[in-house]
Amino acid sequence: MTRSPQDATARGPAVRVLPRLDDANRFFWTSGEDGRLRFLRCSACRRYVHPPVPRCPYCLEATLVPEEVSGRGVVHSFTVNHQQWIPGSDPYVIGLVTIAEQDDVRLTTNLVDCAPDDVGIGMVVDVTFEQAEDIWLPLFRPAPSP
Amino acid sequence: MSAPELLERRSVISGIGQSDVGRRLGRGELDLTVDACLAAIADAGLRREDIDGLATFPGAGVGTGGFAGPSTPEVQDALRLRLNWHDGGLEGPGQLRAVFAACLAVAAGLARHVLVYRTVTESSAQGEGHRQGIGGGGGAGRGVPRFSGVMQWTLPYGAVSAANWLAWIAQRRMYEYGLTREQLAWIALNGRANAARNPKALYRQPMSLVDYLAARMISTPLCLFDCDAPCDGSTAVVVSHVDYAPDTPRTACHVNAIGTALRGRPSWDQFDDMTTFSARDAAASMWERTELRPSDVDVAELYDGFSILTMVWLEELGLCGKGESGPFVEGGRRIALDGPMPLNTSGGQLSAGRLHGFGMLHEACVQLRGEGGARQVPSAPEVAAVAAGGGPIAGCMLLTRGPS
Repeated sequence: MTRSPQDATARGPAVRVLPRLDDANRFFWTSGEDGRLRFLRCSACRRYVHPPVPRCPYCLEATLVPEEVSGRGVVHSFTVNHQQWIPGSDPYVIGLVTIAEQDDVRLTTNLVDCAPDDVGIGMVVDVTFEQAEDIWLPLFRPAPSP
Repeated sequence: MSAPELLERRSVISGIGQSDVGRRLGRGELDLTVDACLAAIADAGLRREDIDGLATFPGAGVGTGGFAGPSTPEVQDALRLRLNWHDGGLEGPGQLRAVFAACLAVAAGLARHVLVYRTVTESSAQGEGHRQGIGGGGGAGRGVPRFSGVMQWTLPYGAVSAANWLAWIAQRRMYEYGLTREQLAWIALNGRANAARNPKALYRQPMSLVDYLAARMISTPLCLFDCDAPCDGSTAVVVSHVDYAPDTPRTACHVNAIGTALRGRPSWDQFDDMTTFSARDAAASMWERTELRPSDVDVAELYDGFSILTMVWLEELGLCGKGESGPFVEGGRRIALDGPMPLNTSGGQLSAGRLHGFGMLHEACVQLRGEGGARQVPSAPEVAAVAAGGGPIAGCMLLTRGPS
């Protein structure tokens, strides 16, 4: 596991347990191949929907299409995991990130390129992808200062 | 139109029973279950021929080693019960769902005396290596099974345990309400102080704030002492029709109201309010079903699978103000046995063992019956609040010593 330069914190667990691709989730887990993050979006009410479902849960329209988002988000909460659920893991930061476009769409992720002591709720972050086999995992790192 | 009848009030807890509780008892789950069930039946003044309903949470084949306990068919056969109704399952308002189902079965006339049990042998399973971590070390995912369903959204990031998800709640509460570890510690310290008075508790040696703060981290800000202790044990209760209450040899505990609602998105990372999760909904729906008020509660047995859940329940049940559970528990005086809101009087799951919600229910009955011995709340409690779960599933109930 590659370590971030600042400290002994890993970018994630020692083993990435990967999702099984299917017709519903493939767009999401392979979206990062071109460096872009995508979510299903309702063609009628324009809300983003996550995780994927067959019909918009807001307006019940049936046309949901993957659409690119900015990749920016805000840390809603986080924790530094120390327990060896996955043997061989160094401490890693599990973040919960709300996407900038819609405040009820969140992703569980790892926060990287940032010392744990510098992570905080409300921190603005940008997506970055880590490829594992045929999956591109969205991770998040601090956004550049404006 | 008149208000609908609150059907749970047609039920009482007529008897309680518990097996030996401990670490690695080396006894089978059915063995422990039969002990608890026979104790509860006898406590209710019944014979096994009187039992016509059977329920459990979650039922066989769910979760990792030692979590599920025996199925209702196994227990039915072991006791040769003749049942009019039975139920086991994972989905529903938390661990107490089996009790709620029993109350409604009794109210509906499907059964008259329902035996409800919850059995764990997680400590023995841990000793046998059945509660191992994921992956086995090394490698880059090769040979590790892939996941579909809800776990696909968290497992890739090493968010594998409720400890991680509940750490988010604790962190968020620190951000929104200024909660500190020194405050959170009092859930564990209060539990340990009460456990010293409970002969069946797993951990009875004194614990100080210094001990708590020195414990190793599990997932910040939660340390080892914020997480409950796996144990072996079985708890059983008999839920009977209220008509039977006058005939019970011990004081019947009347079911006043149950709380079962789930109004937010049912997942660890999408629930709208990360500081409450579904405890908010369960508690609200319970208070909608009773004339009692939070100020009527004399003793509270609030789920502490993780310490932070007890804090959430205290607030969502209205036993302290919103966002005020930190100052409320700090110092431990208000939640002590002789305080205004005695809390987790048996030691809770943090110190007495992870009996998974049913320990809280058992202890509420012990307290209402005045049988707590060295840990009895001295003010003779008449109303008990019981809560189990938290996160995406939660349930709670009010029990009273007399009829509603």
